[in-house]
Amino acid sequence: MKRWMPLLIITLILVLSIGCSQHRKSPENPSSAGQGGNPDEMKVAFVYIGPVGDAGWTAAHDNARKLVEKELPWVKTSFIESVAENADSERVMNEYARKGYKVVFATSLGHMDFLINAANENPNTIFMHCSGYKTAPNASTYFGRIEQPRYLSGIVAGKMTKTNIIGYVAAHPVPEVIRGINAFTRGVRSVNPKAVVKVVWTHSWYDPAKEREAAESLLDMKADVIAQHQDTAACQQAAEKRGCYSIGYNTDMSAFAPKAHLTAPIWRWEKYYVPALKSVKDGTWKNTPYWGGLKEGVVDLAPFGPMVPEDVKKLVQEQRKLMEDEKLDWCTGPVKDQEGKERVKTGETMSYDDQMKMNWFVEGVEGDTTE
Amino acid sequence: MKISIEKRVEPSPLTPYLSPLVSLALALIVCAVIFKAAGANPFKAYREMFMGAFGSDFAIEATLIKATPLILCGLGVAAAFRMQLWNIGAEGQLYVGAIAASWVALNYGFNQPLISLGLMFLAAALAGGIWGMIPGILKAFRGSNEVITTLMMNYIAIFLTSYLVYGPWKDPTGYSVPMTALFNRNSWLPKIFDTSVHGGIIIALILVVLSWILFYKTRWGYEIRVSGANEKAAAYSGMNAAKNIILVMFFSGALAGIAGMSETAGIQHRLQQGLSPGYGYTAIIVAWLARLHPAAVVVSAILFGGLLVGGDQLQISMSMPVSVSNILQGLILFFVLGGEILFSYKIKIGGKSGHQPCPAAKENA
Repeated sequence: MKRWMPLLIITLILVLSIGCSQHRKSPENPSSAGQGGNPDEMKVAFVYIGPVGDAGWTAAHDNARKLVEKELPWVKTSFIESVAENADSERVMNEYARKGYKVVFATSLGHMDFLINAANENPNTIFMHCSGYKTAPNASTYFGRIEQPRYLSGIVAGKMTKTNIIGYVAAHPVPEVIRGINAFTRGVRSVNPKAVVKVVWTHSWYDPAKEREAAESLLDMKADVIAQHQDTAACQQAAEKRGCYSIGYNTDMSAFAPKAHLTAPIWRWEKYYVPALKSVKDGTWKNTPYWGGLKEGVVDLAPFGPMVPEDVKKLVQEQRKLMEDEKLDWCTGPVKDQEGKERVKTGETMSYDDQMKMNWFVEGVEGDTTE
Repeated sequence: MKISIEKRVEPSPLTPYLSPLVSLALALIVCAVIFKAAGANPFKAYREMFMGAFGSDFAIEATLIKATPLILCGLGVAAAFRMQLWNIGAEGQLYVGAIAASWVALNYGFNQPLISLGLMFLAAALAGGIWGMIPGILKAFRGSNEVITTLMMNYIAIFLTSYLVYGPWKDPTGYSVPMTALFNRNSWLPKIFDTSVHGGIIIALILVVLSWILFYKTRWGYEIRVSGANEKAAAYSGMNAAKNIILVMFFSGALAGIAGMSETAGIQHRLQQGLSPGYGYTAIIVAWLARLHPAAVVVSAILFGGLLVGGDQLQISMSMPVSVSNILQGLILFFVLGGEILFSYKIKIGGKSGHQPCPAAKENA
């Protein structure tokens, strides 16, 4: 054994020295790499909270990234997966800016403060933050009115349930998730006032095992439709296994549960990314928050499963049309909370700010926002 | 055919230096094969990682920031490991340290940064120490397995943090986002000169020196080392094992708690979930790679800081999946532990064994 140890060390030294010498010969140096080879090329980075995977939140962003590359030949993209919502994200964003990336998209709420720090540090890079509320001269926010398709998917669930118990596997009790549950429940109750929506928290955006367990616990409580605010299709599979129905989220999840998947509120981020990058290129970009809906196409409803009856499809299409024409909003009063107290008066609609801060459940939800 | 494993009577004096180096080299070579399989040029990948971790001022600063909690937690677990106490709980001890430091910062706004930071430091050390001491007491008096108890205590600490940031400590002006308000500026660890490196690294380095003195220059340190090397000898010479177990677990937890204070006061400036991406677990690898020596912990923590920072480059520049850098970390631990055994024992194939073979080998024979 003693004989091969020095051999190994020599190998290591050789390997490292070859690596270093290659670097010295390498033509790229930091300043030219910063500009990129082609002056017309725009380097765009995507910072993801989870792994890309086949379905879910990050997959929706990554599908959009691929479409951006296809539609805008002058854009070159890079992405980084599983960036935690801590100081690591700031380092990654700084790193991209230093490498000459013109635009950085960060895709999770917890990246917010770190993105603002990175924006202050790198004034020549434009940062866009999904789902947050803080901006800077070179940092904006963007989000979509996913509550619209959530409400529509609620109509489908309300029509399809027989036990009048619908399960909802939810990630974290933050306004974004609470709004989604509320919009969904309002949709359910608009067609089925007897139905209730039971909420179970997983305290995680991405954890297939926990999501499946949560869905199974809801199915045990006689829920026969499972909806979700999670990044994987685990809930869909759990519902399919029990012969129940499910509502997906983020991307069309029907491939994972063809017999269960009724429909899903989904994201089409390219409808935002493409115009946003064009505005950066022609110099018209502004740091105003973006909040598109069905009309803009950034949110959508996945195709219905074969089990959804025609009359339900027709009803949903009618309601969708009303929403696109801004004649119907999910949070137009009267809206009562869980205790039956009226929170939004008849005819009034919650303001953008109130929606962004929403931390209470509407009537019909069984669950606790402080759990 | 007879295969037996024997303890080396006289390990080579070079062993402490060779074993970690050879283990690292082997891990890098095996991982190069994985890079190749993932469709990347291994030389380019390692070069990108190295440049990402040490190739510029920014890179070195980022590496040192990452190394800070690893030094503190690494020192902590190394102290416990020395006494053969397997403290897997540095992660939780870090979290309770962060909670205690945040409690001081949020409730007692002192005008003097030195007083404010000093109290945060003490609170964090005390909280982390108590968190480590509880499994220590259970071990000393009830014989509970500290691997299980320290690990379970991690979850309690992490969920306690979630409870606080979702509930009573949530920033009332923060759109219901689960985090506390920002600390007062007096509770921020200052940056060193005009770099982005915060004062936590200085605290860490001072504690490295203190740990070294404690373990190599004091009677108590000697007792701990003897107890770790030979429990029975320690008992015969009248050392109080229970007392030492509890004290060393307190010390170990306190260091990890200080890492929690350094992260909250130096980087986050508030308490929030996920403040540690597993520093307490990575510290276990750091401590083993350093062969539990306080000074070597600094080197291996900087190496691991660099690995974490440089690992990003695998994604940014090489478009490789995130799991590859995790694989590299795992391989290093695997080879370090394997190397430890191969350097301290030798495998004998055939012939008669002069020493007592280990039981597993005996069964196979």
